[in-house]
Amino acid sequence: MGRYIAKRLIQLVAITFILSIGVFMLVHLLPGDPTLAILGPNDTPTARHELLAQLGLNKSLPQQYWTWLTNVFSGNLGKSFLTGQTVANAVAVALPIDLELILFSQVMAIVVAVPLALLAARRPNRVLDRLATTTSFGMLSIPTFVVAVLLVLVFAVQFHAFPATGYVRFSTDPVQNVRSVILPSVALAFGSIAIYYRLLRADLIATMQEDYITMARSKGLSATYVLTRHALRPSSFTLLAGAGISIGSLFTGAFVVEVLFQLPGIGYQLVNAIFARDYLMVQGMALVAAVFYLVINFGVDFLLTVLDPRVRRA
Amino acid sequence: MIPRRGARLRFPDVSELSGPLLEVDDLVTHFRTDRGTVRAVDGVSLTVGRGRTLGVVGESGSGKTVLSRSIMGLLPPGGTVVRTGSVRLAGHELTTMTPPALREVWGTQVAMVFQDPMTALNPVVRVGRQITEALRIRVGLDKRGAQETALSLLTSVGIPSPERRMRNYPHELSGGMRQRVMIAIALACGPKLLLADEPTTGLDVTVQAQILDLLAEQQRERAMAMVLVSHDLGVVANRTDEIVVMYAGRVVEQAPTATLFARTRMPYTEALLRSIPKLADPSHTRLRVIPGRPPDLAAVPDGCRFAPRCPYAQDRCRQEAPPLRSAGPGHFFACWIPVGSPESADALAANVTAGMPAALAFAGRTSSGSSGSSGVGAGGPLAATGGA
Amino acid sequence: MPDGVTADVVAPTELLGADAGSESVIVAARATTAPGEAPRRTLGPLFWISLGWMSLLVLLAVLAPVLPIKSPTYQDYTAVNIGPSVHHLLGTDDLGRDLLSRIIWGSRVSLTIGFASVALGLLVGGSLGLLAGLRGGFGDTVLNAGSFVLLAFPPLLAILVIEAFWGRSLWKLTVMFAFIAAPQLFRVVRATTLSFADREFVTAARTMGARTGRILRREILPNVLPAAVSFALLGVAIAIIVEGSLAFLGLSIQLPVASLGNIVNAGVQNDNLQLNPYIALWPALYIFLLLTSLNLMADRLRGRYDVREIKL
Repeated sequence: MGRYIAKRLIQLVAITFILSIGVFMLVHLLPGDPTLAILGPNDTPTARHELLAQLGLNKSLPQQYWTWLTNVFSGNLGKSFLTGQTVANAVAVALPIDLELILFSQVMAIVVAVPLALLAARRPNRVLDRLATTTSFGMLSIPTFVVAVLLVLVFAVQFHAFPATGYVRFSTDPVQNVRSVILPSVALAFGSIAIYYRLLRADLIATMQEDYITMARSKGLSATYVLTRHALRPSSFTLLAGAGISIGSLFTGAFVVEVLFQLPGIGYQLVNAIFARDYLMVQGMALVAAVFYLVINFGVDFLLTVLDPRVRRA
Repeated sequence: MIPRRGARLRFPDVSELSGPLLEVDDLVTHFRTDRGTVRAVDGVSLTVGRGRTLGVVGESGSGKTVLSRSIMGLLPPGGTVVRTGSVRLAGHELTTMTPPALREVWGTQVAMVFQDPMTALNPVVRVGRQITEALRIRVGLDKRGAQETALSLLTSVGIPSPERRMRNYPHELSGGMRQRVMIAIALACGPKLLLADEPTTGLDVTVQAQILDLLAEQQRERAMAMVLVSHDLGVVANRTDEIVVMYAGRVVEQAPTATLFARTRMPYTEALLRSIPKLADPSHTRLRVIPGRPPDLAAVPDGCRFAPRCPYAQDRCRQEAPPLRSAGPGHFFACWIPVGSPESADALAANVTAGMPAALAFAGRTSSGSSGSSGVGAGGPLAATGGA
Repeated sequence: MPDGVTADVVAPTELLGADAGSESVIVAARATTAPGEAPRRTLGPLFWISLGWMSLLVLLAVLAPVLPIKSPTYQDYTAVNIGPSVHHLLGTDDLGRDLLSRIIWGSRVSLTIGFASVALGLLVGGSLGLLAGLRGGFGDTVLNAGSFVLLAFPPLLAILVIEAFWGRSLWKLTVMFAFIAAPQLFRVVRATTLSFADREFVTAARTMGARTGRILRREILPNVLPAAVSFALLGVAIAIIVEGSLAFLGLSIQLPVASLGNIVNAGVQNDNLQLNPYIALWPALYIFLLLTSLNLMADRLRGRYDVREIKL
């Protein structure tokens, strides 16, 4: 078990290194001279030269990579030369937003999907099941940005129940914070609900065919008990795997939602930085986003392996 | 143990019982599928007295597993199952019970030991909980009481260090231990009738014997009746009071055990007995298998269902299905040309001459006519051994 | 799973976690029929309807230049924000442009990127996966590790960064999306091939002297194709969503070329949602119907060919 953890950690680190190289290379292929943006009208050859030296851009690429990497490890992700804010600072501001979005949306999704799936699995192919399955199919076919737009139209424009844009930090005002995050979370949750429901329902139905379920029934245990205490447990692992799957979509969705609702999360910052050619910011943000993604994926996989007693470890 | 929670039915104590414990009357279980109606159990009747052991023997596809589940009522819910007939447990009719009432019966009055403990135990729930949940919910024990009872159960089925085993998951136990756990689970609430569906398949021979001994011992201690289902005649030979032989969803012969072996009437039973390899046979004796396969239960032939594979089969057999007839006290069989009757020898000879594969195989000859072992069966199979 | 995609697919956790040595076996793809039911015998009428609908949409997109529809860019100031009418079947937008033709022209971009990128990804990734699964060996290990790494990168991020330096023309976007799709399809095809390559009928064919090529064609391909096509269809759905999202953010194909997402974006700006919700509504509806068709088809394929377990 310890060996397994060690092996996975090594893989994680290795991939992170490769990713960092990838991020670095990509960013340095960005066209557009950063000095132009900074110097503006004061762009003279000497000024440029000085600035380049200052930013360390006159060294060779591998050297720059190494400098950047060592800086990262000492916590210095660089500084945005546009706003002067350190990247680390920007990340610290942005990351909680993404975490909050993901947390809210996934909790919502589970709270809705799991009971529905349980009810559907109790009476497969009956009214509730058919209805829920068809609805979930439809939900899957609506992209997040469309859902977001519809939500804004109904709740923000029509009913003025929630703000259409803007983010309030939790520490500033918890209530407003929740209000500003609800619509985007619902938009994000939409796709997840459908996925979790379908996945869990299919898995539950399959599990209910297993011999051990018949055996549990033969003990005289009620259908509800058998469903929740015997069938749900193995199926929940599939759900966890499904959560891992939808991470990719969550990221895509989160980007869109952040921009639409003006929430300054990592996606939002990143997009702005790309267009401003704020390359240090892009590098730092991209690295953080990639590592975040990686860690979640590994985390889910890891949890699956650790929690599921059926999985035999090397 | 007497169920404490909400018992709606009164089940008499076993010692008060006057009639048989289990009475099955013309039980039919069909499954409607795309391929047609699968007639898994097609009119089976049997009885089990209290404390007695009934063996149910048949090939795979004979319907014996469906039989045990149908007796209990453990069939998948839904419109694809057709079940008629009567199943009476201590006088209570099970087939008409509502699901909640049936659940009362399961576990506390009748329990089942499943065939494959690897698939019948929930792989993600610890063994201990799989035992204690029934105790806590059905019998109403508290957590401590359930733990203690579970521990003593595990000990009584022969599992060492039960405290550790309780915390294990099923895949951490050996095959034999898993089967013992299954038995412990089945016995937990003190049922009067145990349905053991192939409890020894897949186990080592020595473990098989241990498991069967265990079952017998528990039976004695608890005055429990048992239905032992198996494809292996050897398993049921010494451990049952009565045997029912099933073929293609029907009972083809039924007799007290000793009688079945000594005075076999139905050719299928005879063939089964012949196919058991015996220690006394010299090495390299060919296995006397029954050629062919059991019929597709979705498309059963008219007439006797064994006719296509029967060495004695005649036209009447193929056209008309024989009813169950009595051959003595408690001995029933379904055959037009029973083993040992004068017609059977003639029928066999005729079939051999006609080149029928089943007859040739039976007579120990290949289709090219070269002679093999053993004479034509007159009398029971005991006479048919030996030969080459 | 990106939204718009039916759930029952390969867990990417396995994509990341399953290397040759890892023993974590995770059952992923479940058929959409429960094991108690037999796999559906036919693809069902819904499949064919979806196929027909999708083909119609593709046809409309392809034939856009020759169709008798109005110009998508002509701004008729006398007919601004008109609802559906005889002259403008879907109405006009806030600049007086005919919505029907804008949508048909817009669909060209979305459909091209969606289908072409996945086709390309399937061609490259799929054939590599097939070979890697069959041949094994060093090449397989390398490719496997490579796909592992490529998949570790969040897809949208990759596209954002790549397009920022490379540009956003139609074919460039197609290549980018193909680049994202290829490793996924590689893994899926490789896994399916592996699960079939071990089977007895392949070994039997080999012992009868069949060469790799023949085995590929006769034994493996017919079994791998349904799974591959099913996942590919899902991939198209994903691509259309991602492209739509990008376009919605103004980050896809450069204007004035319209993509469906762009149109939705325009429909949201400047109070258009209240003034003329049709601008956002029609492209959203189009996307919805297209995705539903794709999902249905993928779903039916899996049900028919019983694509169940894929151990990666």
